[in-house]
Amino acid sequence: MTAAAETTTIHGDRVSLLRVLGPAHVWALGVGIVLVGEFTGWNFSADKGGTLAALIVCWVVGLLYTSVAMIDSEVTSTVAAAGGQYAQAKHIVGPLMAFNVALFLVFAYTMLEVSDAILLGDTIVAKAGVDGLTHNSFIAATIVVLAWLNYRGVLMTLNVNFVITAIAYVSIIILFFSVSPWTQGAVLKLNELVTPGNALPYGWIGVIAAFQFGIWYYLGIEGTTQAAEEVRSPARSLPYGTMAGMITLLIAAAMTWYVCASLMPWEYLGITPYPLWDAGKLTGSPLLENLLFVATLLAAIASANGCINDAARAWFSLGRDRYLPSWFSAVHPKYRTPYRSILFLLPIALAFAFIADLNQAITFSILSGVLQYTFMSINIMMFRKKWPLGTIRRGYTHPFHPLPAIVLFCLCVVTFFAIFLGFGSQLIAMIAFYFLISVWFHFYRYKFVRRGDQFSMPWPKPQGY
Amino acid sequence: MSRYTPPEQSKTGQIFDIVVVVVAIFVALWLPLKLGLAGAAKSIDALDAKTWEALGQNPTMASIWEKLGYTPETAHDVIQNRFHYVIDWPTLVVMAVVLIGYFVFLFRASDREYRDVINEKFDDK
Repeated sequence: MTAAAETTTIHGDRVSLLRVLGPAHVWALGVGIVLVGEFTGWNFSADKGGTLAALIVCWVVGLLYTSVAMIDSEVTSTVAAAGGQYAQAKHIVGPLMAFNVALFLVFAYTMLEVSDAILLGDTIVAKAGVDGLTHNSFIAATIVVLAWLNYRGVLMTLNVNFVITAIAYVSIIILFFSVSPWTQGAVLKLNELVTPGNALPYGWIGVIAAFQFGIWYYLGIEGTTQAAEEVRSPARSLPYGTMAGMITLLIAAAMTWYVCASLMPWEYLGITPYPLWDAGKLTGSPLLENLLFVATLLAAIASANGCINDAARAWFSLGRDRYLPSWFSAVHPKYRTPYRSILFLLPIALAFAFIADLNQAITFSILSGVLQYTFMSINIMMFRKKWPLGTIRRGYTHPFHPLPAIVLFCLCVVTFFAIFLGFGSQLIAMIAFYFLISVWFHFYRYKFVRRGDQFSMPWPKPQGY
Repeated sequence: MSRYTPPEQSKTGQIFDIVVVVVAIFVALWLPLKLGLAGAAKSIDALDAKTWEALGQNPTMASIWEKLGYTPETAHDVIQNRFHYVIDWPTLVVMAVVLIGYFVFLFRASDREYRDVINEKFDDK
């Protein structure tokens, strides 16, 4: 492929992002971000509601994310621009919504990156077992090195992600088949660990509460859309990569729950920062223990790597459209990456990695994620209403509309209630932030935005306007 | 419709806007942590008898706890540290109002801006 062919030209003569990615990169970006959720985070749902609650939310939240993937595939394969859901909001709902959606993305991914770095630091410290060793230097090194990798180029970044994500995923499969999952009693003891008396220790309110961390099984799969402007064939690669990623994650989540629930009591499972590594230890096999230790680190690195990629692209898009100072919209002349956005978000990630703990960082990320999913459920309804089927060319049309949107909306409401049960004050504080920053944008910042240029797709006028 | 030409923003203005956004991010995310508002209410339901039986652990569970390096004494605070879910209705109502109000403002204000975008985009043609 020639250099000219690799360069997208939709922004005229400006230096722009390179179209170099295929479906495997899309899969690596989505699964790479999310797979860390199997290595930590999902198990806090067992703390909230018991082991059975963790399984229930694994499947129900899986349904939520299947709806997200279906909806996202349709909209993104049609609105193929960097920023993903941000670009969707800009074309379908309006600039203020787009501004908020970009902030949801930046917060969700930056806080997920923070969680990854904390997990990596804590895991290394636990493995070293040295008195006085803290996780700070490991956290700083992780965030800085990955930011540098992202600065250097998207293709190299996602090639690295593909390899380490694949290794981490294979480790879950190896663990699963090493513990003879078809027999109980030898290694796995599900019947003795999950009993009628402790399966749902808090009853159904615990199941609802577990939704908060159930989101962590899959949070970030929608990040595949951030690569829309850098994939060679968005209409094919994005739906294919996203749906394949979702199937991959559903299988990994089910295997992870089954092995972990069969190896440790729910009270411990609910608080450990590294359930799969602990599962490896409890098998009694040093090989599995070390494999899962390495896989935990790799999953954290892959996730943080993808998060930096996605958060920077959302921030870059805000600068390019002048929703934020246009200084952020610079593309590196040599590496063709949104380098200023990458560098700007670096100290923010570092700061929160040092002031928040794992549980809180995960919740920050989940909050922004659920706000975004709520938007997506309404966005698809507006998309189908403004451009009914047949009026524009869609790369993919998701089936059963509007059922996935309704399911997604209802599950978001349940998740908001779940977050209220644990982090109600935090939720109100974050909404207050989004509201105030929206007022700032609508009444002040929007004056710097070019109006008609916001709509860049070659579509007819939306119906009702 | 006449084409809207936005003003050019000075460097000082750009820096000021960046500072506003950064401060807002830290206030929203850091302040609740600093004030101790983040985190669910868990408390330890203490037991007098610290045995695996009293802690509700069967022999299989007890053996796993021991494999993980716990004794009934050290596992007590982990096992008995429980959530106490209480629905605070006034706070729930406040949260629902804030959330709904936010989305209503978002969609209404977005729609006003969107009409400008559509008018300028399609009236130009």
